[in-house]
Amino acid sequence: MIKVENLKKAFGMKYAVNGVSFAVERGEVLGFLGPNGAGKSTTMRMIMGFIPPTDGKISVGGFDMAENPIPGKRLMGYLPENAPAYSDMTVHGFLAFAAELRGLAGDAKKKAIGNAVEMCFLQNVLHQSVDTLSKGYRHRTSLAQALLHDPDILILDEPTDGLDPNQKHEIRTLIKRMGETKVIIFSTHILEEVEAVCSRAIIIDRGQIVANGTPRELKARSQNAGAVTISLLGAPSADVIGKLRVLSAVKDTQVVSEDSARTTIRCVPNQDQVSGTFSRVIADLVQRENWRLEELRVEEGKLDDVFRNITLSETQKGATQ
Amino acid sequence: MSAWNNVKAIAKRELGAYFSSPVAYVFIVIFLLLAGFFTFNVGQFFQIGEASLTSFFYWHPWLYLFLVPAVGMRLWSEERRQGTMELLLTMPITTWQAILGKFLASWAFLAIALLLTFPIVITVNYLGDPDNGIIFAGYIGSLLLAGAYLAISSMTSAMTRNQVVSFIVSVVICLFLIIVGYGPVTDLLTGWGSAALVDTVAAFSVITHFDPFQKGLIDLRDIVFFLSIIVFALFTTGVIIRAHRAG
Repeated sequence: MIKVENLKKAFGMKYAVNGVSFAVERGEVLGFLGPNGAGKSTTMRMIMGFIPPTDGKISVGGFDMAENPIPGKRLMGYLPENAPAYSDMTVHGFLAFAAELRGLAGDAKKKAIGNAVEMCFLQNVLHQSVDTLSKGYRHRTSLAQALLHDPDILILDEPTDGLDPNQKHEIRTLIKRMGETKVIIFSTHILEEVEAVCSRAIIIDRGQIVANGTPRELKARSQNAGAVTISLLGAPSADVIGKLRVLSAVKDTQVVSEDSARTTIRCVPNQDQVSGTFSRVIADLVQRENWRLEELRVEEGKLDDVFRNITLSETQKGATQ
Repeated sequence: MSAWNNVKAIAKRELGAYFSSPVAYVFIVIFLLLAGFFTFNVGQFFQIGEASLTSFFYWHPWLYLFLVPAVGMRLWSEERRQGTMELLLTMPITTWQAILGKFLASWAFLAIALLLTFPIVITVNYLGDPDNGIIFAGYIGSLLLAGAYLAISSMTSAMTRNQVVSFIVSVVICLFLIIVGYGPVTDLLTGWGSAALVDTVAAFSVITHFDPFQKGLIDLRDIVFFLSIIVFALFTTGVIIRAHRAG
C-alpha cells in the first residue's frame, strides 16, 4: 500500500531524512522508532504530502504523492505530532469540518462522526470547545479526525504521547484492532508499545533506517538475548562460575547479584548455540552438581538495549568522523 | 464539484471562527463607530450640506488600513501557531482551495460589517435626495478595496506564526498603496519629479482607483486593478505556504 524509495529531505545543508526506503502492506502495523530528531516526523509528513521530498519517491495505494497527491491523501488518515485541533471549535464542529473536507455529507457524515466518537470515547465532550479539553481528550479528538472516513491507511505521529496509562492502553488496543485490516504506521518513544502493538518495527537514526524487523527479530539482536540466568541457593559464585566455564557452550558468565543465601548468574551462550538447547545444558549441570535451583530463566533480550546499542553506536560513529 | 465543496467547507469554518469569538462583534462595533466618527466629525457630513455619502466613503482607505489587517492577520498565522496547518493541508484538498476558502470567508465578514452601515444610507435618503447609484458604486469600490487589503493581509499572515508581525507588515504595505496616490504626497512629488512619473506611481495607489467609485463611476480598469491585487497577493500566499512547507 505504501512504498517509499530512497526518500531524502534536506533542511538547508542538513539531511533530516537521508535515503529511507521501505514498503508496508495491508494488515501490518509498522512502528517507527528513533531518538528525537531522527527524522520520524519528517518522513511521516512527506508520506502525507505535507512536505515535498528533496529526493526519492513515495507511492500510496499506487498514487505518486509528488505528482498526484489528492487520491493518495484520500486513502490516509493522519494524526500529526502534538495532535493539533482548532481550539475555537467544539469537538463535534471540528469533526464535522473534517468530515466535509473528506467529502462526507448527510447521513454518511453523521454516521462517520458517530463511529469516530464512539471509537475514541468522546461522547462526554462532544459539545465542548476544544480549548477546554484535557490533553487526553484533545489528543483523542485529533485521532477521531484521522479515523473519520475509515481510511485504509493510518499515519499516527506519537499517538500515545501525553496520555495516561489507561488511555495509552485504550489507544494501543484500538491500533492493534484496526491494524488487522488496515495499514498503520505510528511513531513512538515507548518501546513496550512496539512490542505490544507492532508487527514490524523500523529504527531510524540520523535520517537513516538502522534496523527493520519484527519486534522479536530486533530483540534477538540484543546482547543478552538467549542468555540463561540462574538463581541458586547456598552455592558460592566462584564455584558455580568455575563449573560453568568448563562447559563448551558457555561463552561468558556474569554475576548479576550475590548475597549470603542466593547467587544469581547470567550465562551467555556461544554464537553457534541453538536456542532452547542452551537452557537444557545449564539445567543438566545444575542437576549434576545438585545445586538448589531457585530460578532458571531464558532471556529474550530487551528492545531498550537494542535501541540504545544501535542508536548510540551510530551517534558515536558520527562523532568520531 | 468537490473543489467548490472544499472551498465552501473551509469558508464556513473560517466564518464560524470569527463569530465564535467576541473579536467579530468588537470589530464590527469599532468599525461602525469609526465609520460614523469619520463621516460626521472628520468628514463634516452635516456641514457640507450635500445629500451624498462622499464624506463616508472618502475615509475608507484609511479606516481599512488598520481594521482589515486586524481581520486578516490570523488567517494563516493562527494555523501555523496551532499546528492545524499540517492537519488542513494533509486533507484531500489543494492549497488553493484552502487559500480561497479562507479569503472568501474573511471577505464575507468584511462585507457583513460594511452592510451594517446601511443606516447611513437610510439617513441620507431621509434628509435629502441623493443619487443612490453613486452610493451603490461607492459600496462596490469599498468592498473591492477591502478585498485588496485583505489579500495582502493573507499574504503577510502566511509569512509568520506571529499575528502582530503579520499585522504590522500588512499595515505598512497597505499604507504604501495609499500614500503613493494620496493628494498631499503626490503634490510633494510633483515638486521634483515629472508629471508622468507621478502619474505612474499614483497608478499603483488604491486611492487613484477608489476615487472613481466614489464619484459613481464603475470603471472596468479599476475593477481589474483591485482584482489583480487580490489575485497576486493570494498567489503569493500560495508561494509562501509552499516555501514554508518545503523548509
